[in-house]
Amino acid sequence: MKKNRPQFRINIKSRHLLGLMSVICISAMVSVLAAGVSTQPLQEIAGRVIVPFEKAIGRMSDVLTAIQERMQEKEALLLEIEELRAELDSLTTQNNKLIQDQEELTRLRTLFDLNEEYDNYPKVAAQIISKDPGNWYDTFMINKGSADGIRVNNNVIAGRGLVGIVTDVGTNWASVRSIIDDSSSVSAMTVTSQDNFVVHGDLELIDEGKLRFEQLYDLEGVVTAGERVVTSNISENYVQGLFIGYINQVKQDSNNLTKTGTIVTPIDFSHLKDVLVITVNKQDSME
Amino acid sequence: MKSKIAMLLTVLICFLLQCTLISRISVGSIKPNLLITLCVSMGLMRGRKGGLWAGFFSGILVDLFYGSVFGFYAFVYMYTGYLCGYAHRAFYDDDLKVPMALSAVADLAYNLAVYGLQFLLRGRLSLSVYLMRIILPEMFYTVGLTFLVYRPLRAINYRFMGTPWKESDSIWVVK
Repeated sequence: MKKNRPQFRINIKSRHLLGLMSVICISAMVSVLAAGVSTQPLQEIAGRVIVPFEKAIGRMSDVLTAIQERMQEKEALLLEIEELRAELDSLTTQNNKLIQDQEELTRLRTLFDLNEEYDNYPKVAAQIISKDPGNWYDTFMINKGSADGIRVNNNVIAGRGLVGIVTDVGTNWASVRSIIDDSSSVSAMTVTSQDNFVVHGDLELIDEGKLRFEQLYDLEGVVTAGERVVTSNISENYVQGLFIGYINQVKQDSNNLTKTGTIVTPIDFSHLKDVLVITVNKQDSME
Repeated sequence: MKSKIAMLLTVLICFLLQCTLISRISVGSIKPNLLITLCVSMGLMRGRKGGLWAGFFSGILVDLFYGSVFGFYAFVYMYTGYLCGYAHRAFYDDDLKVPMALSAVADLAYNLAVYGLQFLLRGRLSLSVYLMRIILPEMFYTVGLTFLVYRPLRAINYRFMGTPWKESDSIWVVK
């Protein structure tokens, strides 16, 4: 008799179960895409379970690499001392030259008037704790979240330039889509001529560390290889003046009006570990 | 009940490993897909329903943290696991060659599905580039990972989940 069974079991044929679950998945996709239902509560719950483990794994591997490094360090140090002595001489001469360059740099910086803002944005330092499980996209998770003042659409930079943008936030984590991700696009401009264009991530160019740009309207041909590219003043999501990279190639489109090409980014995305999150959004500064 | 909790924990651990340690052993920025290995193993060892649940939960986790459309990866992984479940009745699960061959096919199908539904629809037409750069390297790497991971997974399956295998399930047993 079914009533006397100790366990309650639902017997459902596997193909019916597949149909049922397919409907659930598809309706989830539709409700998120079309109706804009937020998955934030679910993400929050999952984040509370998953993120502590990820942080722990990150810390563990840090300890292991530290031990490994310490072993190698001793031998390396002896070698290094000799190398360093030789280097010292050449560096002294180089230093003199750099002091001159430094003066030139500060002069040029005031000329562009961009980098000052760069330093003034409030920033939070964060560590990357996990990466996208697949090979198609380039997103990662950091160990700081809304508790540290991080919000959706915050810009993320690393030492030398723009890394990406925050797409999801939990209390103690945030996921970031990097600018080399195939679905990312950034409104950018050149530093000297202030021409606006759009920079896209492209999976086919990732290996070369490059980004693709298009819709550059430059009839006079002032924009050439080597030009510095920063986020533009008309960008909706990115604060102005974050360094993206240098223009690598410029090619005229067949419409003879716009140009496309590639940009080299200074950031090594595959070895990125520490990032800075700018906790001011572009929308804040507009209000 | 116990087997369900064990299944959930296995999925969780595999997801954690995939996002943290597996990224560190990537070669040429290509990492193997442990979640595909998991779906294939569960499908092969526990049948269509087992594969379906393993796929669904690993897909949901990917969706929650990394997906652009919620439900997409759950859908794809779920079908991968379910289809691998057809192998449950046709093959014994103690032969390592079966899951390796299956994971090659499953990884290929999974990546083609991701390409077709997320890249082709955005106008990225150069399939050959993606095939040589991402899909095939990942496939070989995943087969290698299956070779290493299948036996531990099988041990977990029989130790903690028990077997759902019934004699009447097998097409080889004369009824």
